[in-house]
Amino acid sequence: MVENRPWHDFLAHAVLIAGVILVAFPLWVTFVASTLRYEDIVNVPMPLLPGDQLLANYHQVLTAGSQRGSSAPVSTMLMNSTIMAIFVATGKIVISIISAFAIVYFRFPGRIFFFWMIFVTLMLPIEVRIIPTFKVASDLGLLDSYAGLILPAIASATATFLFRQFFLTIPDELAEAARIDGAGPMRFFFDVVLPLSKTNIAALFVILFIFGWNQYLWPLLITSREEMYTVVIGIKRMISSGDATTEWHLVMATAMLALLPPALVVISMQKWFVKGLVDTEK
Amino acid sequence: MAQIVLKDVKKSYTKDVLVIHGVDVTIADGEFIVIVGPSGCGKSTLLRMIAGLEQITAGTISIAGGVVNDVEPKDRNIAMVFQNYALYPHMTVYENMSYGLRIRRMSKAEIDQRVQRAAKILELGQLLARKPRELSGGQRQRVAMGRAIVREPAAFLFDEPLSNLDAKLRVQMRLEIQKLHRDLRTTSIFVTHDQVEAMTLADRMIVMNLGVVEQIGRPIDVYDDPASLFVAGFIGSPAMNFLPGRRAGDEVDVGEGVRVPLPEELRGRAGEAVTVGVRPEHLVIAGGSGPTFSLKVDTVEALGADSMLHCALGANALVVRVDGHVTPEPGTSIAVSAMPDKTFFFDTASGKRL
Repeated sequence: MVENRPWHDFLAHAVLIAGVILVAFPLWVTFVASTLRYEDIVNVPMPLLPGDQLLANYHQVLTAGSQRGSSAPVSTMLMNSTIMAIFVATGKIVISIISAFAIVYFRFPGRIFFFWMIFVTLMLPIEVRIIPTFKVASDLGLLDSYAGLILPAIASATATFLFRQFFLTIPDELAEAARIDGAGPMRFFFDVVLPLSKTNIAALFVILFIFGWNQYLWPLLITSREEMYTVVIGIKRMISSGDATTEWHLVMATAMLALLPPALVVISMQKWFVKGLVDTEK
Repeated sequence: MAQIVLKDVKKSYTKDVLVIHGVDVTIADGEFIVIVGPSGCGKSTLLRMIAGLEQITAGTISIAGGVVNDVEPKDRNIAMVFQNYALYPHMTVYENMSYGLRIRRMSKAEIDQRVQRAAKILELGQLLARKPRELSGGQRQRVAMGRAIVREPAAFLFDEPLSNLDAKLRVQMRLEIQKLHRDLRTTSIFVTHDQVEAMTLADRMIVMNLGVVEQIGRPIDVYDDPASLFVAGFIGSPAMNFLPGRRAGDEVDVGEGVRVPLPEELRGRAGEAVTVGVRPEHLVIAGGSGPTFSLKVDTVEALGADSMLHCALGANALVVRVDGHVTPEPGTSIAVSAMPDKTFFFDTASGKRL
């Protein structure tokens, strides 16, 4: 809009501000609740201004966990979640980029067949294949281990497909020029394909990190010892069922903590993320 | 530098469809060879076979004495310049040019010396730290050539390197390639569909059509002495005029009452259907020694130095090249005659020169 219409501006801003409030309000309530005492939260109505328990609550969850629900400290859980998310994201990228490279740049019998096999099998979410996967994981002794948390989620059809599509846009002449320059396939991969994929890798890392961080059902099944809980599972375990009271101020503090790492990843990689989704360096 | 020998080289992608029908040519050390032909004639495929990027179905290719049929491109000691330049987008000009040398584990000093020398030849000195996307088309083209030069290969292979440039730059780069070849004297094979590039650059040219070599020879020989209808029509601009006719005794009747006498030595070989070919500059207005005939002028292109008269003889269109100051009115008729020693006769059915 070029023309200057105050009323129009006002309306636009009003809508935007209402939207922001709508989205931010639950977050605010969570934050406020994490700074209150238990008694203040169960009072109706709950205060909407932060209390004085910020440090105490966060200190307690980070070091000792909740008294009534799970008692594992959230710091351990955050560490578990971080390890899982980083390895899942990295593993997915490493495996996908290599398989996409094979599918695009090598002519081997059954190339198309394998591509579709990868596509069809991995398109199924973990939930669909959860029982056989659990059986395999338990037979291999992977219960309650990082390997068990990470391995079933470490291959990605989506990432393979995205890398394949990206590789197809790299001109064939580049591969031929590299062949004439004397670069073997792996040299070409590391010297040309990988640097060109930088932005795509960054964008995928953000998406896959959040995917790994938010894994719920699989960690819930495979972890039974508290020191292996991820933070998402930790929140669930803190909410006690039945008659026992739930320490909501601690649950909310944990939720706030669980929110930070993905937000940090998104914010710190924002520039790369957008670039990777929007343009390619060619 | 090296001699390149192709012996009965054939290529097919599916079992019985040949896309290259047996090419035999010996390219001398230091020679500049241009492979020219319309798109789809197999010229790029032939070049890629020499480079080692395509398998050879039959025959042999040897570079510098050794058969290279099963030798990897990197071991053939050749360098290639691609139509779209194929520069590594994430590397600087310097890195692009030195990449092949770094892979060959050449010493830093040697690499630097070679790159600096190539940069000097190609006037790339100021651009060595830039990325390809910060360069213009002509500069990218030069970097691509620099990448070939630093390798100091036995042969340069050019795959339509000027096609992506605008007309002015194309002429300039053509001259630079000519100069480069004069200075370096490296065996070069240059693929193009542009007959002007072929005429101006080549020591010898290979004219290809539909996977068949139509003629190999010096540009001026190909121009003066085309081996077939295709070559005669492809080389030269504007193209040679063709008049399909019928044999009538010792003459060829091309219609509209015009009869062109067959030279004595061709009379034995000429069949029933004969096509007469004559270049626009070999049709002279009045005063020629051949039979004079009348043409109706349709349009006149006055180019300054000379004029192109687009004329009609019955259903056939003809172009006459005359002095730039001769501009007859469209619609009028002119009397022309063809220079007898510059008139070509082709067998219409086979397309071969008689």
